[in-house]
Amino acid sequence: MSGMVISPRPIAAGELGAALAEPGAGAYVGFEGRVRNRNEGREVSRLEYEAYAPLAEKEGERVIAEARERWPIIAASCVHRIGVLDIGECAVWVGVISPHRDEAFAACRYIIDEVKVRLPIWKKEHYTDGDSGWVNCERCAAGHGGQASAG
Amino acid sequence: MTKQLTVRYFAAFRERAGRAEETVDTDADTAADLFEALRDRHGSAEPLGHCKVAINDEMADWSTPLKDGDTVLLFPPVAGG
Repeated sequence: MSGMVISPRPIAAGELGAALAEPGAGAYVGFEGRVRNRNEGREVSRLEYEAYAPLAEKEGERVIAEARERWPIIAASCVHRIGVLDIGECAVWVGVISPHRDEAFAACRYIIDEVKVRLPIWKKEHYTDGDSGWVNCERCAAGHGGQASAG
Repeated sequence: MTKQLTVRYFAAFRERAGRAEETVDTDADTAADLFEALRDRHGSAEPLGHCKVAINDEMADWSTPLKDGDTVLLFPPVAGG
């Protein structure tokens, strides 16, 4: 398997890594991003991810293609979860195989960094105090006029 | 020239607008003009540079001219991972 997938189902990182098999692959680097229980001093109880899947997958494929151009890797995949996730769950997985480790580490780092800033994916943090908020979007609801939140 | 567009809101923008999609008649020439014209809808004080836009399912620049019948997707600041 190679490519970018947006998935509403739990990510089985071990199985995904095992499926990235190739006789010439001397290195496999996998990265798992997991839901953390704190962010910017607040206690987080769960996260809610939303994506615009058609474009998130298209842009993710572009990121993977860029990684393949930059480093001599054999294959790379990324799966990003959507929906409601509990603490500790895997939110994103990146796997890269290559003949040697250097390019697998570099490509994996590139892919996760680009995925975080380029794909149309949003996360809402739910805090233990019952409050919630969209991450990176502090000023989203600070404009003039507008209607009340639909919840 | 007035054109009719379909505008889709995502995440924080959708919650603020109270709708996921609407048809808009506008004189906005570019995606950036449309974002400004719709501030009362998406309610965002985010700088344009923090947000993204897609037109007809392709990521686009804010300077992209709009055509009658375009579908414009307004993306608040992304936060994957």
